Amino acid sequence: MYNLIILLQTHIMEKELLNEQEIERILMRITHEILEKNKGAENICLIGIVTGGVYLAERIRNKIKEAEGMDVPLGSLDISFYRDDINLAKKHRVIKPTNIPFSIDGKKVILVDDVFYTGRSTRAAMDALMDFGRPAEIQLAVLIDRGHRELPIMANYTGKFIPTSRNEKIKVYLKEISGKDSVVLIV
Amino acid sequence: MNIKIYNAYIIDPFTNKEGIANINIEDGIISEIQFKKKKSSALSPKPSSIEIDASGLYVFPGLIDMHTHLREPGYEYKETIRTGTLAAVRGGFTSVCCMANTNPANDNPEVTYYILAKTKEEGSCDVYPVGAITKGLKGEELSEMALLREAGCVAFSDDGMPVMNSLIMRRALEYSKAVCAPLISHCEDISLSEDGVMNEGRLSFYLGLKGIPKASEEVMVARDIILSKHFKAPLHIAHISTKGSVELIKRAKEEGVPITAETCPHYFTLTEEAVSGYNTNAKVNPPLRTEEDRQAIMEALSAGIIDVIATDHAPHHIDEKKVPFQQAANGISGLETAFCLSLRLVHNKVLSLRGLIEKFTVNPAKILNIKKAGIKKGAEADLIVVDLNKQWTVNKDRFASLGKNTPFDGWQIKGKVLVTLKGKKIFDMREE
Amino acid sequence: MKDLVGIKDISRQEIEEILDTAKAFKEVLQRDIKKVPTLRGRTAINLFFEPSTRTRTSFELAEKRLSLDVLNFSVSTSSVVKGETLYDTLKTIESYNVDYIVIRHSSSGAARFVADHTPASVINAGDGTNEHPTQALLDAFSILEVKGRLDGLKIAIVGDIIHSRVARSNLYLLSKFDTEIRFVGPPTLLPQDVPDNVKIFYDLKEGVKDSDVVMLLRIQLERQNAAFIPSLKEYFHLWGVKKDTFSYLKDDVIIMHPGPMNRGVEISTEVADSSRSIILKQVTNGIATRMAVIYLLTPKEA
Repeated sequence: MYNLIILLQTHIMEKELLNEQEIERILMRITHEILEKNKGAENICLIGIVTGGVYLAERIRNKIKEAEGMDVPLGSLDISFYRDDINLAKKHRVIKPTNIPFSIDGKKVILVDDVFYTGRSTRAAMDALMDFGRPAEIQLAVLIDRGHRELPIMANYTGKFIPTSRNEKIKVYLKEISGKDSVVLIV
Repeated sequence: MNIKIYNAYIIDPFTNKEGIANINIEDGIISEIQFKKKKSSALSPKPSSIEIDASGLYVFPGLIDMHTHLREPGYEYKETIRTGTLAAVRGGFTSVCCMANTNPANDNPEVTYYILAKTKEEGSCDVYPVGAITKGLKGEELSEMALLREAGCVAFSDDGMPVMNSLIMRRALEYSKAVCAPLISHCEDISLSEDGVMNEGRLSFYLGLKGIPKASEEVMVARDIILSKHFKAPLHIAHISTKGSVELIKRAKEEGVPITAETCPHYFTLTEEAVSGYNTNAKVNPPLRTEEDRQAIMEALSAGIIDVIATDHAPHHIDEKKVPFQQAANGISGLETAFCLSLRLVHNKVLSLRGLIEKFTVNPAKILNIKKAGIKKGAEADLIVVDLNKQWTVNKDRFASLGKNTPFDGWQIKGKVLVTLKGKKIFDMREE
Repeated sequence: MKDLVGIKDISRQEIEEILDTAKAFKEVLQRDIKKVPTLRGRTAINLFFEPSTRTRTSFELAEKRLSLDVLNFSVSTSSVVKGETLYDTLKTIESYNVDYIVIRHSSSGAARFVADHTPASVINAGDGTNEHPTQALLDAFSILEVKGRLDGLKIAIVGDIIHSRVARSNLYLLSKFDTEIRFVGPPTLLPQDVPDNVKIFYDLKEGVKDSDVVMLLRIQLERQNAAFIPSLKEYFHLWGVKKDTFSYLKDDVIIMHPGPMNRGVEISTEVADSSRSIILKQVTNGIATRMAVIYLLTPKEA
């Protein structure tokens, strides 16, 4: 009986932090910040970190196209093989293919991720990018920054900073995968 | 060339027809055949070169000998394809299977082609070569059975020798399934036979001759039956001579093992007594056995345990038999006497006439998968005319075979093959 | 999963996971820098008691691409020549603290033996006539690449099946999917008793005529000497896949061979070099598949 209540409680404890419209506005702002900082869309490329970052990067690319009429190269990067937490629940994540169909040499790469947490994913992504070529610059755009950095890495573009505790979890639902856009906090 | 045969009693297991009929043959093909329901029905009025009044006579399909040694290539001094096939047709055989223990052995397609070419050139009947199971008949390496089959071999045998090594026999049996041709086994355990020269028993002791025990044959018959059973491969057992072999085969057939068996006229006509006096013409392998075995062989023929009667025609040069018994070559020159000797089985009511004919025609044809049309309109003429009652005396000097080695020389036999027709070839023995 | 000893021991799901992972590694192999740091600092040892250049090289490349440190142990230079048992060799290696052992041995069951006696992750690179699981996995990967699926396919395996660990591993793997399997070859080289889902054919044409995949196995000269077949020439005549075989093969059939090929024995030159042969692709896929296997195994904490 006691267990059942806990179960009900945990099921209920998904609190929406951002809704569809708020996410849309954030992405719009990030897009313009990118264009402002880089003085346009010249020589930049967008690479999304699998899985969530990929769709976000695509949306940003589309918005740049609307705003400036420019096609920015788009790629996706799976960082499984560069992670440093190899023994921790590793291998049963599904590995999506990495697809970077262009050279990143001399380009400004904008990495896109959905949730920025310890910073280890970003480190792995940067190591992977170095194996692909020599970018002129790497910038990082994240939808949510939940704090608790373990490495001295910062994001250039942050959607929303949401302080969390370690036993909480942030989940980003995207229309392309789950049919809705929503960011929720799970306790 | 037009031939007419009148009033013959035809027994044809191929078409399953039996009865009195007239047959008209033109240029080697049966153009007309009229079974008589009523007294009179005349054949076409065309003038014929040969007319045979076969009233009181019988017509059978040309006989098939599953087991013959034609000796060519390599041993032409004993026999050639020309003389051997001539002997065959005189004995009523229009198809013979020649064994592979020639020199070189028929273990590669070139030899097969040679035999078939020689037959076409000089042969009097059809020859179906039997290829060797192992290279050189050594019992060590399989011969290229598929290529031999394609060259024209209908079966495989190391006859003359057994395949002693059971593993090689196993592989040969298994492999033969892919080639779709049966193996024919010469069942003899060489280690048990040693250098024996006749059946081991009281007589061999009395004559001071080394004997070949019946176990030598029966051990291998048992082994081959077991291999055939386990590896589900068809097997034909050649020249069986003992009661023990008969019993093994009987049980195997009851269990559904895919084996067939053959015997030779000497095993149901003679016993080891024929060797008395050191008669080398009765020296044969497997050796002539006892009366008990002879009776068992006849019963086995009657009961269908033995499917085929073959000649194991083994001609030798006279010098190879005119030596002390121990040194003489093994074999009987049998093509010209086999069928007529076998008629005694009919006279003694061991087999019906139809039953006997089957053992020389449909049964071997089925085992070897040879298609014969039989005696019917449109088919090639392939038949013999036989007088079941004619008495004649065997005279080896009148044999067409170069091999005069027969223990039946001087015998009075009732029943003779008068005419053999094979295609356009006619062999007329009526005046002899 | 600590070890990959045999396809017998893994599930369809685990196979699919390996094949998915192999796809990702195949992409890595197409990059300029064909290396990922994922297993950096770990050590693998290739313990080959049977000579093999191809398989060993394939494993070695796979290990290096995963950033493993690699040791090689081959029989001629080994302590085995001096009489050391497999068990003692194993214990010696263990004291070097290796994480992965890739073993090829002439005794069936040797891989299981090693796996049971070490905490390292053991990968069977071929044990006697028992199994060669990574070959079956790379074969499955290669089929998937072309056909897009394994379910619903008809696969013919042609040749010396009773002596082949490749045939066995492929049989076990393909049997976990919805496939029809045929064994084709001389009766002397086919097993006496086969599982219910396998059909036996002695006739090449009947066996391959509506197959989607034809896998050819190597015929060794020893088989002629041991009376399994009369000659390599007759083998080629009856069971060699050659130009005239194409007339009754499906148009989209794929021809496979684990290598090394005997041209003119199990396969003719025209077929080996034709567009339906994916033999070279199998070699490339071998490295990606082996990378996936090593990546997915977890050694026991010592």
